[in-house]
Amino acid sequence: MNKSKIVRIVLLVSLSLLMFSAVGLTQAQEPVTIEYVLWDTNQLPPYQQCADDFMAANPNITIEMEQLGWNDYWALITTGFVSGDAPDVFTNHLAKYPEFVALEQLVDIQPLVERDGLDLSIYYPGLADLWTREGRRFGLPKDWDTIGVAYNVEELAAAGIDPAIMDEWTWNPEDGGTFYETIAALTIDANGVNALDPNFDAANVTQYGFVRNGSGGFAGQTQWSGLAASTGWTFNNGIWGNEYYYDDPRFIDTVQWWADLSLVHGVSPSQEEQGSLGTTALFQSGSAAMSFIGSWQIGEYLGSEFEVGFGRLPAGPEGRMSMFNGLADSIWVGSPHQEEAWEWVKYLASPACQLVVGQSGVVFPASREGAEASLQVREDMGVDVSAFVEQADEEGGTFLFPITDFGGEISTIMNETMDSIMLGQQTAEAALPVANEEINALFQ
Amino acid sequence: MATTLNASGSGAKSSGGLLSKITNNQVILGYLFILPSFIGFSLFFAVPAIRSVIISFHQWNLLSDAQFVGLENYQTLISDARFWDSLRITLTYVLWNIPLQTLLALGIALLMERVHNSSFLRSIFIIPWLLPNVVVGLLFLWILDPTLGIFNNFLQAIGIERQPFVGSPDQAIPTIAGVNIWRHTGYTAILLFAGLKTIPKGLYEAAQIDGANGWVQFRRITLPLLRPVLAFVLVTSIIGSFQVFDTVSIMTRSAGPAGASRVIIYYIYEQVFARRINMGVATAASVVLFLILATVTLIQIRYFRAGRSDLADYS
Repeated sequence: MNKSKIVRIVLLVSLSLLMFSAVGLTQAQEPVTIEYVLWDTNQLPPYQQCADDFMAANPNITIEMEQLGWNDYWALITTGFVSGDAPDVFTNHLAKYPEFVALEQLVDIQPLVERDGLDLSIYYPGLADLWTREGRRFGLPKDWDTIGVAYNVEELAAAGIDPAIMDEWTWNPEDGGTFYETIAALTIDANGVNALDPNFDAANVTQYGFVRNGSGGFAGQTQWSGLAASTGWTFNNGIWGNEYYYDDPRFIDTVQWWADLSLVHGVSPSQEEQGSLGTTALFQSGSAAMSFIGSWQIGEYLGSEFEVGFGRLPAGPEGRMSMFNGLADSIWVGSPHQEEAWEWVKYLASPACQLVVGQSGVVFPASREGAEASLQVREDMGVDVSAFVEQADEEGGTFLFPITDFGGEISTIMNETMDSIMLGQQTAEAALPVANEEINALFQ
Repeated sequence: MATTLNASGSGAKSSGGLLSKITNNQVILGYLFILPSFIGFSLFFAVPAIRSVIISFHQWNLLSDAQFVGLENYQTLISDARFWDSLRITLTYVLWNIPLQTLLALGIALLMERVHNSSFLRSIFIIPWLLPNVVVGLLFLWILDPTLGIFNNFLQAIGIERQPFVGSPDQAIPTIAGVNIWRHTGYTAILLFAGLKTIPKGLYEAAQIDGANGWVQFRRITLPLLRPVLAFVLVTSIIGSFQVFDTVSIMTRSAGPAGASRVIIYYIYEQVFARRINMGVATAASVVLFLILATVTLIQIRYFRAGRSDLADYS
């Protein structure tokens, strides 16, 4: 009786063990769907290619991709956190991720990076570190961008300006240097007189020398940030800083100069005129000869009906500076398939996928190899985009996108303040110290 | 055997009786008819509304536990200049929107009644109202663009300077009001037209015999007898006007320029989506908006004596 009982128990246990392992086996093969979202339409094709390659190598994982416009994108992610159906993996932005960290919605991938021995040195220096806070890591870098100048080749030629001037032009907040002279020479009124001439009629401009991309809000990424940084100014006291310097006289002078392009000199469309269709539309209609653009916009500008060239930003008192920004892929804490999500993030940041993205020539991937591929593709197309890469490679030529808490609040305050300065409602000197005080009070 | 039969018989009888009792009882039947919409109303309006009031006394980001903070969110609102600004902007919007829209709609309704009213014409008037707000917003964004918009080309052609419209802090709110007037006037006109149709023709004939001219007829007959419909139109359109959001969200960037189009609903939206999911302040602002609307509506209903029609006196 006793013996048979033992036998029965042994049998039962081994049977259940067998069943358990069988379940375990099928679980490993069970199809898993990872939802992945991004906001840039242009990047959809190369990342779809990455997803196809990834799915071929991992038959049990299906990647479901979705693209949404910038505003809907962040609303979807925020509401997804709350309702419990946010995407497993999503493209993250430096302006947004600190809030998600504060809300504890991102997976700390540092242990996984260490476990899998990932080599983070394949990326441009500093890119991977943007996504860390106090030893935790919230994303793997996918691309980077710098700022350069896009110009209308025909309009420069018509004004007799050699684009080579962009290799040595200078800027300062007092008179704008040779950068301003070039803009003025390219601004032409109805009588064909340019803005350098005292007879220039600012009320009847037919072609502007430069079009600003709006007021720039809190980061001024494709607006004033490079100029302001070239005076030696910095946004705040470093990554995860808690003090902003929007009241610095160097920043105030830069912003006022930027606003005066339309308010005083009439060489740039006014803030009102820019409307909501914006810079690209004005540039592509031929109404403005030059603009600052981000490297992710190159393709969009090449779509113009005339030839477009790309040059470097002007050098300021402390050198030539561009904002350096990068995106990363993050995993949501609520994802039911974190291991598979990690595999996908790892693949997105891998040399293989970075090369695919680079070869599409849409953005500069985070890895050097990928970025070189991107440069090569465009060279083969006969487009010289070296201005953006040289800027990234230049020693001390870049500064980082401001990463701090309260991104949303700061953005609201600065959108309003910069708008009012560009509209001429307030001077930079009057408005910026007030805004800065309100911002710094957030960190108290 | 007999008892069993009897019992089952009476059972069947009573169950049939219950059904017919229910269908015969007007009160119960009435409740049954409103039950579906009552469930919907409770689930999607009453419960969230009550919850909002409760949330407004808490600090809550939806993801972690809510903390009771008493009146702190209301204090935040009172000391926030942007909140007061948003109330002022909303009121400006309503004042641009409602009088113009109602007058225009009344004019169209009168024309339809007096001059011509084909169902073709009525369909045309109602088409803008059928378009989704987002489509309307995008459409006008292109039409009104300062440099590339067709409307500015038109203005220039007739010798008027190009206008920035939503690009200017002074013109943003009137422009958005204009767009919504375009969208809603036709619908409002149809409602008022239906109201005009209920006024007995005999009254006008009698007035004519008494020598009343068109204006007097309008003042003494049309307006007073249109009152209940007018009250309905005003109450609903003022409530809708205070809650303007989508057109603002589509046509301006971050409630710009310089915060000039930050209406109250946009302020509430910002508290959740542009900040760190500030549910407490967002719901507190919603409660304030509710109180404002409730007051405005009560005053209107009182003033218009909306529940009564003068036609009752006439008949």
